[in-house]
Amino acid sequence: MARHTFRVWRGDANGGQLSDYEVEVNEGEVVLDVLHRLQATQTPDLAVRWNCKAGKCGSCSMEINGKPKLACMTRMSTFADGETVTVTPLRTFPVIRDLVTDVSFNFQKLREMPAFAPPPGLKPGEYRMQQVDVERSQEFRKCIECFLCQNVCHVIRDHEENKPAFSGPRLFIRAAELDMHPLDARTDRKEFAKEEQGLGYCNITKCCTEVCPEHIKITDNAIIPMKERVVDNRYDPLVWLGRKIFRRDQMPGYLGGPTQERLPVSEIVADRAGANSPYGDDITFPLPTESLTYEHTKED
Amino acid sequence: MTTTSAEPAAARPALGRRAAISAKHLRTDRWWVEPVYTVVGLSAWLIWGLVHTLLIRDYYFIEGPGYHYLTPFFSPCVNVECPPDSALLGRWAPSWVLPYAILSLPLLLLFRLTCYYYRRAYYRSYWLSPPACAVPDGHAKYTGETRFPLIMQNLHRYAFYAAVLVSIINTIDAVRSFWGTEGFGFGLGNILLVGNVVLLWAYTISCHSCRHIVGGRLKHFSRHPVRYRAWTFISRLNTRHKELAWITLGTLALVDIYILAIAAGWFSDPRFFN
Repeated sequence: MARHTFRVWRGDANGGQLSDYEVEVNEGEVVLDVLHRLQATQTPDLAVRWNCKAGKCGSCSMEINGKPKLACMTRMSTFADGETVTVTPLRTFPVIRDLVTDVSFNFQKLREMPAFAPPPGLKPGEYRMQQVDVERSQEFRKCIECFLCQNVCHVIRDHEENKPAFSGPRLFIRAAELDMHPLDARTDRKEFAKEEQGLGYCNITKCCTEVCPEHIKITDNAIIPMKERVVDNRYDPLVWLGRKIFRRDQMPGYLGGPTQERLPVSEIVADRAGANSPYGDDITFPLPTESLTYEHTKED
Repeated sequence: MTTTSAEPAAARPALGRRAAISAKHLRTDRWWVEPVYTVVGLSAWLIWGLVHTLLIRDYYFIEGPGYHYLTPFFSPCVNVECPPDSALLGRWAPSWVLPYAILSLPLLLLFRLTCYYYRRAYYRSYWLSPPACAVPDGHAKYTGETRFPLIMQNLHRYAFYAAVLVSIINTIDAVRSFWGTEGFGFGLGNILLVGNVVLLWAYTISCHSCRHIVGGRLKHFSRHPVRYRAWTFISRLNTRHKELAWITLGTLALVDIYILAIAAGWFSDPRFFN
């Protein structure tokens, strides 16, 4: 058993300060265990968001000695004996209280993204794809939405004014996931990434990759490939010329030829905020019972 | 999950403001080491390259029956002042045109300047944007690569195409250096030149743009098995792009200094065959 000084930021949006606590630490414990001990012994009103304690829910994101980390995955054995451990809330997002921040910015950005769009006529249950085609997208599905990458990204961390124009690394891996998805039929994702998500703001300094607890290669496998796809679409004169002459169907903004039905180009102009409902936008809930396709089992 | 409180607005804490933490950052590790090493390493290399290309001496070594080495910093040598044997693409540039490798050096510089790894390195180390993760950006305003001139970074793939051509020239140089007027022979300089060319190729094809062009731009790998295999190979190399970027800076400098040393007569080139 060792003793450590924990400097924990206490306060809310009106202000706050770092408060010192002397606390005992046992072998094998993580920072979140120590915060729970503080709650149980010295400061029962300390606000901490947590859930799974296994690095899979992404709730306990905070900054430990200035580095964005999951408290449940930061072992106390990584600190020297007697080292002061400073714990602060995520800097990029508005604080609610103590170590809890309001991360709704990320969900707002997620809602603004067009959802997965299978080819017309393909119904759920009919999706067939090869593993080799879908494995790039699967890497990005490991994301636990801890938003450490969003927090560390200097584009919004140090420049609050960029928030409206910049979606952040978590949303870039979503963009790459969908653009690389073998069954996603949308062709405007590169355009969306550039124009609406602010992909050009990223200067690939790779902090998102450094802090990702799921070790997703955010920069190398999502952001740079998306930047290259945008180059294909927007900046590469050879590709542009080749499309103009041979493949007009690949031109940005192409709305379909004689064999293809006209597809909606963007959901930005839709009459509702956010992505379309996966159930179809013409459906209102609760559904009328007569339209349900199942029956309750009857009691004997 | 957030629940909505029914209490009056006045009782709720103010929302929308970040935590008021006075310290600019709270990192306790030596985060400044990497930017410092990067600045020292890149600056030293650039200064050396500039000095040798402007000194215009000891860049070509010839010995015995036509065995010769040309440093990559002067390849292809196109100035009218170049030795005739060293000029692979002719001598046509007026003598006042510097550097002597006017065709290749600007393109190679552009390739490395727009390279995704070097961008990370110099944005962090020279431009402090940001100097390290969770350490504040050194600038009040930031627009990234959305505007001129940084939007030009998007033309990296053209610099890559040019770098492939220059790598071909470097390869021809390395092969030609094995042949004198009396046939095949090699010394330590040949081994260094070949090692340098192999590593230059590894750096060039591990480029992110190359990875994209070869297969990354495809939506369905299953329909392009050959390109998929090539993409897989390049992806493996690509994970070492940073290391290759530094290693090739080292080998370029090593080969250049070695040729300078033997051409200046500091020591002789050990010959292993002929």
